[in-house]
Parts: sequence; structure tokens; C-alpha cells
Amino acid sequence: MSEPPYPPPNPEGPAPAGPLGSLGPVSPGDGGAARLASREAESLERPPGKPAEPAPPAPEKARSLWSDAWHDLRRNPVFLLSALVIAFLLLIAVWPGLVAGGNPLQCDLAKSQEGSQPGHPFGFDAQGCDVFTRTIHGARASITVGVCATAGAALLGSVLGGLAGYYGGWWDGLLSRLADVFFGIPIILGGLVFLSVVTGGSVWPVVGFIVLLGWPQISRIARGAVVAAKQHDYVHAARALGAGDRRLLLRHIAPNAVAPVIVVATIALGTYIALEATLSFIGVGLKPPTVSWGIDISNASNQIRNAPHMLLWPAGFLSVTVLAFIMLGDAVRDALDPKLR
Amino acid sequence: MRADGGAVLEVRDLVKHYPLTRGVLVRRQVGAVRAVDGVSFDLRRGETLGVVGESGCGKSTLARLLVNLERPTAGRILYKGEDITRLSGRALKAVRRNIQMVFQDPYTSLNPRMTVGDIIGEPFDIHPEAAPKGDRRRRVRELLEVVGLSPEHVNRYPHQFSGGQRQRIGIARGLALRPEIIVADEPVSALDVSVQAQVVNLLERLQDEFELSYVFIAHDLSVVRHISDRVAVMYLGRLVEAGTDAQIYDHPTHPYTQALLSAVPVPDPSVRTRRDRILLVGDVPSPANPPSGCRFRTRCWKARRRCAEVVPPLEVPEAFRESGGPAAHVSACHYAGERRVVPAGDVGDARDVRGAGDAGDVGD
Amino acid sequence: MSDALLEVRDLHVEFRTRDGVAKAVNGVSCSVDAGETLAVLGESGSGKSVTAQAVMGILDSPPGRVTGGQVLFRGQDLLTMGAEHRRRLRGDRLAMIFQDALSALNPVLTVGAQLAEMYEVHQGMTRRDARARAITLMDRVRIPAAKDRVGDYPHQFSGGMRQRIMIAMALALEPDLIIADEPTTALDVTVQAQVMDLLAELRREYDMGLVLITHDLGVVADVADRIAVMYAGRVVENAPVRDLYAAPAHPYTQGLLESVPRLDRKGKELHAIKGLPPSLVNIPPGCPFHPRCPRARDVCRTDRPPLFPVAPGRSSACHFWKETLDASRS
Repeated sequence: MSEPPYPPPNPEGPAPAGPLGSLGPVSPGDGGAARLASREAESLERPPGKPAEPAPPAPEKARSLWSDAWHDLRRNPVFLLSALVIAFLLLIAVWPGLVAGGNPLQCDLAKSQEGSQPGHPFGFDAQGCDVFTRTIHGARASITVGVCATAGAALLGSVLGGLAGYYGGWWDGLLSRLADVFFGIPIILGGLVFLSVVTGGSVWPVVGFIVLLGWPQISRIARGAVVAAKQHDYVHAARALGAGDRRLLLRHIAPNAVAPVIVVATIALGTYIALEATLSFIGVGLKPPTVSWGIDISNASNQIRNAPHMLLWPAGFLSVTVLAFIMLGDAVRDALDPKLR
Repeated sequence: MRADGGAVLEVRDLVKHYPLTRGVLVRRQVGAVRAVDGVSFDLRRGETLGVVGESGCGKSTLARLLVNLERPTAGRILYKGEDITRLSGRALKAVRRNIQMVFQDPYTSLNPRMTVGDIIGEPFDIHPEAAPKGDRRRRVRELLEVVGLSPEHVNRYPHQFSGGQRQRIGIARGLALRPEIIVADEPVSALDVSVQAQVVNLLERLQDEFELSYVFIAHDLSVVRHISDRVAVMYLGRLVEAGTDAQIYDHPTHPYTQALLSAVPVPDPSVRTRRDRILLVGDVPSPANPPSGCRFRTRCWKARRRCAEVVPPLEVPEAFRESGGPAAHVSACHYAGERRVVPAGDVGDARDVRGAGDAGDVGD
Repeated sequence: MSDALLEVRDLHVEFRTRDGVAKAVNGVSCSVDAGETLAVLGESGSGKSVTAQAVMGILDSPPGRVTGGQVLFRGQDLLTMGAEHRRRLRGDRLAMIFQDALSALNPVLTVGAQLAEMYEVHQGMTRRDARARAITLMDRVRIPAAKDRVGDYPHQFSGGMRQRIMIAMALALEPDLIIADEPTTALDVTVQAQVMDLLAELRREYDMGLVLITHDLGVVADVADRIAVMYAGRVVENAPVRDLYAAPAHPYTQGLLESVPRLDRKGKELHAIKGLPPSLVNIPPGCPFHPRCPRARDVCRTDRPPLFPVAPGRSSACHFWKETLDASRS
């Protein structure tokens, strides 16, 4: 290897696009590179697998954010408990038959409001339907609304907010004002107006309405996270290398701005489930024959003195579900925030 | 001296103003922060130009202008005779290959979600013509070796490295496209002393190996003297004095340079009592509302009426023009006078050697 | 018993981290006399700030914990005394200046109120008297137009002025000892010189002890009487400042001095210390500096060197301090 390492760059500026162009290969042989390397590397070599550990006042500088978060989460009983509950809920949402074999719409008026009995642990509602079966089957509607609305709001919000944060300018101003307008709409009133216009009683109008009201919250968070991320020097460094907007956004900014969005979204998921129940309760959300906790709670509310079990079971499931998602969001937020460790 | 003459970068009357606006819906401009306000200099091939100044003097903005991260309000940056401030698209991308930057903070200048290999390889993704695809892995490993890291580390993440090692990774990234010019903005100020020396040595070796020209921006005057061939002193967006390192450090003629140098603590307790300390009064004025005339006049012990009325040009002061000695270098002061403030080795007597103005009162 | 103002004996502090127990301070011993300036010099992770926090009793715990040693202030052990007693000493007899004045001052209170509070709480002054004292104090640290600025909030002051306010707060009750943790690191050189001068002058005037924690060899040379060099949670060299700069007796100190670029001459290549400071979770056995030390021999890998007396008032934790000293003298 006799060629010099790193010959002077082409004085005409950019190299032709051919392979290697004017750039000679770096020779690791006798050139300066290797000499440098051997001189420097001996001083820097550390046994592999033993990363440099900085001083204790800044212990958060270790591992990556995600592996750190996972490390913390695995030991967090709050996370484990809520994850277990959510796993169970997802199971019964997808295959309700696994737990409750009966048909939630098959009712026997003769058993109206009867209490717990063998095979029917939660008793019967006013129509004589099995409360256990209805509660288990009701999970599907609630979870569908929660997951779809969250996904929709997160997608819409983070795209709009992220672009606003990245490009700034009039688009940012317009979007922020628009988000303010949506923030100002009272949820119940908006739900009454919007959902009484859209008829059908299936889950999709409800999902649509929640996305419509939910995206501004996510977009604010996403905008803030992007604004913070784009000020980092690694973004400047990539720009100085000539990276375009797409690369900057997808490779440098998005991965570093996504954590707060995930956290807010998990917390929002819990509240969206509660919102669906509220809308169904006031009669504008889901409508029979769809089975949902909100509808059951609504029906049971008149009978609370005679048959409290009709209310308690679906309401209890609803509370536990909402709590599980909020707790999960909390745990994820704490795990992703190095300052809290 | 490493420099061999020809200028690779010519900066002419560079100006960057950041508008200050007021109002939510209707924005109107109420003023401007004059971060850089008329800076001119040449960077010669193979040399290191040190730029020193205190925080808020505009040196970081200057760095960002040089690498085209910001567009100047006015002025030109000529790279081999071509004005790069008006370029865009393909032409700009091509110029970027030749002017790279090393950042100050080793903790924010590397993307925490990317492996070291991806970080150093990214320049090749952006400029695919720089290296054929099959060759990139090898290039990345070589770059790691060049900056003194083990090639085995290519799959690690930045947080698994110490500050000094991360700075080496940043240097490797800047080196990947084999630029001619590297603009280094406070590259060692976040590092501990012993590690700082390693990185300074690395930068010097790389310069020799790859014939790099450096613009080395820092607030630490000792480091700048160590690494620079020529030094420019900045105050409130303007250059106040420039020359070779010996001219600036041993024969400063601008009062600000003298005050700056005299304030630097020297790691030698024996000079403690016999140093000429110039303690300036007050703080640096706001760049949004700089003083008229000479910008340093509000803190200067030599200031007279003329200083408020006439902006002193950056040229060799009349008093020294004939002499041709080391004091004959550009200095933007109406009353430039030589004053030795850095204790030289063992003979550390500080006195006015020669002066066009009077030394007068030296502040508190 | 010595008559030192503050004496730290064999102090140990540990931090619990995810990777294990980080031994931030491992048997630090040093002392400050009244009227003396002791510089504690070290790089990041050397344990210098943790030592100061342990002495002041403001260690974040958990995760930090003092696991051994004594901190004697005028002969009384601060670590064993009651919390209330210790709290009263703090501010009154012992004060601290922090690096970041902006975060050390309360942003929603005026600086006048924060200064006056010291007098109201510790000396039971009336609000009016305390305010008058606050203005005197601001004059004392040379804040221009103190009378007009006493009602300003911390963010309305420049960095240098805020550091002066920090100094004023520390001085308010005329303590016997001030611990200054990197007091000028965040400041520009010209402002740093102003603040350091002020601090040194006030120290003389009030005849206080001053512990200056810093990484800047220049600042130390300018103001300190004595210097304690820390490495990996230990004091490795302890000496009068002139002796240490003239001829260091520990290879680490020597390496540190050689790795600093000089303002007064243009050197050739800097003598960098090879390698990196050790992880505090996994401090090398024997002398913690041995993996980076050019003089290391077998004994350094196995036996931890105690502080060997080198001269009166001078000690070095190196098995080969004599050779180091001779080498650095020549």
C-alpha cells in the first residue's frame, strides 16, 4: 500500500459521481491512519461490553432511552399489573367467546334483574340478559373505540403537529389557532350535536368524533417535541452534511420526538374509553344492538336501587380498564423521563 | 507555519441580523439582534484561524454562517472564488462536502437513536457518489481508526462513550467526506483537561495528515493560541483585532484584546503577583442595541468622544504602519497602543511598551 | 487535635445506580484553616462536588449516602450532630456558592427579598432593617445602583451580577467558611476575573476560610493557598500551591499540568494523559490511577498507596512520589 491516505480533495469542488471519484481509499496499512490509530487506540481501548460509565451525578447517560425504559418497566409493579389487565382485556375483546360462551343478545325476560346464580355469576339485567356475558362482550366496543380513536388522533395529531413544528411559519400559526378552536369545544355538547346528526349507532362515528376532538392535544405535544428535537446539534450536523427535509424528519427528528406522543396517547386511550361510555350513556354514542359498557350502564342507572349488580359490573370493568391504561401511560412516562430516575 | 498561502475561504462584510418581532397576529419588526455585523477575513489553505470572543460576541453565529446552516443578511462567503451564500439545491450540497463542522456539545451533536456506524456512515448515504455502497462499511471502520477509536465499536450507541470519545465520533463524521475546511465551534470546551489535550492533539494530527484548513472558534484563549496560526478577536459581532498568534498574544494593540488576555488565569502561581490585570467594568452590552461608534467604548478605559462618533476601521493603526514590527497588525481602535499583558515565560514585567493613546485609568 | 476550621477525615460517599454502587468519594481527608484558601481540583467524576455536598449536608439522598468518615467543623462532627443544629450552622457559619446562580436563586422572588430573608430567618430582623442590610450587602459586592436594583428578579441580572448576588447571600451572615463549587465556570473570562477578585478580596476582609472547588488550573494558581488534587474519589496530592506547580509529586498532577495549553507560550504537542478516568462503579484495585500512569509497576496494581508525607504540609498518594518529584524538578 503505497498511496497516501486521504489525498487532497479535488480542487474543482465536488467529485464526479463515479465510484470513488477523486477520493482515494484510506489505506489502513502503513499510512498515517494506522499510525494514528495505534497510538490513540491503545489509550482508548476498553474491554468490549463494558461501556464507559460517567460520574454518578449524571447516571442517566447510560444505555439507550428505550432499553433503559424497558429495564425500568420490567421492575415496575404498576406497569406489570396494568399490562396484565390490558392483555386480558385485549383477549376478551378479540375472542369474547373464550371467557363467556353465551350470546349477549339472547335474553330471557323471565329472569329480569335476578341476582347471581350458578353459571351466571353477575346475574341478569332488566331484559333478562346475562350481565357477565354482556360485560365481557362489551369490552370489544370499548376497546375498539379506545384503540382506533387513539390511533387516529395520534396519527393525525403527530403528522399535523410535527409538520407545524418543523416548518413553523404561517402553517404553524394557523394550525395552533385551529387546535385552540377545537380545544374550546365542550365535549358533551359537541358530542350531542355531532353524533345526533350522524346516525347509525355503530362505533365508527364515535371514533371519528373522538379523533376530531382528540388530535389537537396530540398535535400540541408533537409540535413541542419536534421543536425541541430540531434544535439539537445532530440535526444541524445532518443539515451541514446536506441532508434533505425527509431525512431530517424521518431519521433524526421523529425517533427523538416520538416518546412524549406515545405517553400522551396511552393516557388518552383510557380517557377515550371513558368518553365513549359517557356518550353512550347520554344516548348519542353507541346504540343497541351494539353491546357496550356505556349502554349497559345507561340502562342500569334507573334500576340502581333494585338491582345494583346491573350497574356495578360494567361500571367496574370500565373503571378498571380506564385505570389500567392511565397507569400504563404513567409508568411509560416515568420510564421515558430520565430526570425521574 | 503550516499555511501555504492561497485563501480557500474569503469572507467579506458578513452580516447576520435576527429580527426582533412583536405582536401575535400582525408581526412587526421592532429591531434586530446584530449577531454578526460586518466581518471579513481570509482562511488560507492548511492554516488554523482561531476566532476568540466571549459569549454573545457572535462567534457561534459566524460558524453557522460559514457552514451554511444560516443565510447571511448581507455579505459574501467565497469558497474558491464562488459565493456560497446564494447557492441552493445540488450546488449547495456539493459545497457542503468541502466545508464541514465539528460541534461543541458531544452529548447533543450525535443522534442518540443511531449507532456509531450509522452516524459516521450517514455522510455516504447523503452523498452516495462519495463512496460505492459496498465500500462504506470499510470506510466507516477506517474513519473510526483514524480518530483513535476501535472499529469494533461500530454497533454501539453514542451514550456508551465518554465525552471525549463522542467528540472523536463527531470529528470522524466531519471527516468522512474529506472536506477541505472544518469549522470547529468550541470543540473541546465541554471536555475535561486531560481529555481536551487528547482531542486537540488529534485535531492537529488530522490537519497535517489531510491538509485541512480549520476555523477554530473558542472562548479559551490558551487552547486557541496552542492550535492557531492566526487569531481573530471578536467583540459584539465585529472583529476588533487579527494577526498571527505571536502578534495577538505578545503584542496586542486593541484594549479589548489586552483586557481579555490579562483576565485569563495562568496556571503558574509565581506570576500571580506581577501580572498586569485589566479588570473591565460592567458587562457586554446587548447586541440588539450596540453602542455607537466603537462597540467596546462603554467598557474601555481609553474611550474618548471620537470613539462614540467614528467607527474605528479594522486596519493597521497609523502609529505602527511604518515600524513593520509585530505590533503592525490590524486593530480596530482609534487609540491603539501596544501593551504586554501575558507574562512571557519568566520575565513577566507588564508595562506599556509603546502607545498611541494613554493608558489612563484601568477600571476597578 | 488540630485547630483546623474544617477537617474532613476519611470521608466515604456512595451512590446507588442501576449499574451498581458508585463509590463517588473513597476516603477523602483534608483540612482548611481559618483565613486559608484551599482549592479542591479535579476533573468531572473525581468526587470534588460530592465531597462539598456531603460537607454541607445537601447530598441528594437517596441515591447518595455518606458511608463513613467525619466532618469536623471547629472540632464538632457535622455528620453526627442533630439535623436542626446542623441546619442552623448552615448559612450562619458555613455557606455555599453554586456554579449556576440562575438555578440557585428563586426566580419568583426579588433578589432583595432573598437576601433579606437570610437576616429575617437567622437574626430575626424586621423586614425594613433586613432590606436595608440587603442593599448594603449588594453595594458590598459592587452591584451598581444597588438601591434601584434591590427589587429586581434574578433573570434581570447578567451572569456576573447573579454570581455576585450568590456571593452576597453566602456572605450575608459573615460565615467562617465558604465553599464555592465552580463559582466562575459559567462566566466569561473578563467577568470571571472580576468575580474571582471580589471573592478573594472579601475573603481577606472577613478573614474567612474558602474552599474553592474547580477544574481550572489557572484559577487555582491565581487564588489558592493550598491545593488538594482529587482523582476517582480520593485526594491524590495535597500541597501548598507554589510547591505543587513548581514540582508535582503525583503522576496525575504532573500529567494534568502538562496537558494544559499555555497562554504565554506556544507549545508543541500537548502531553495528554492517556485513557479515561475510571468508572466509579468499578474502580481499579491498587492505585486507581495505575491504568493511565506512565510510572505504574506491579505494586501499583495491588497496593493502594496511602497519602505519603512528602514535606511538611505536603503529601502524595503515589508509591513512587520521590521519583516523580525528582523527575518533575529536573
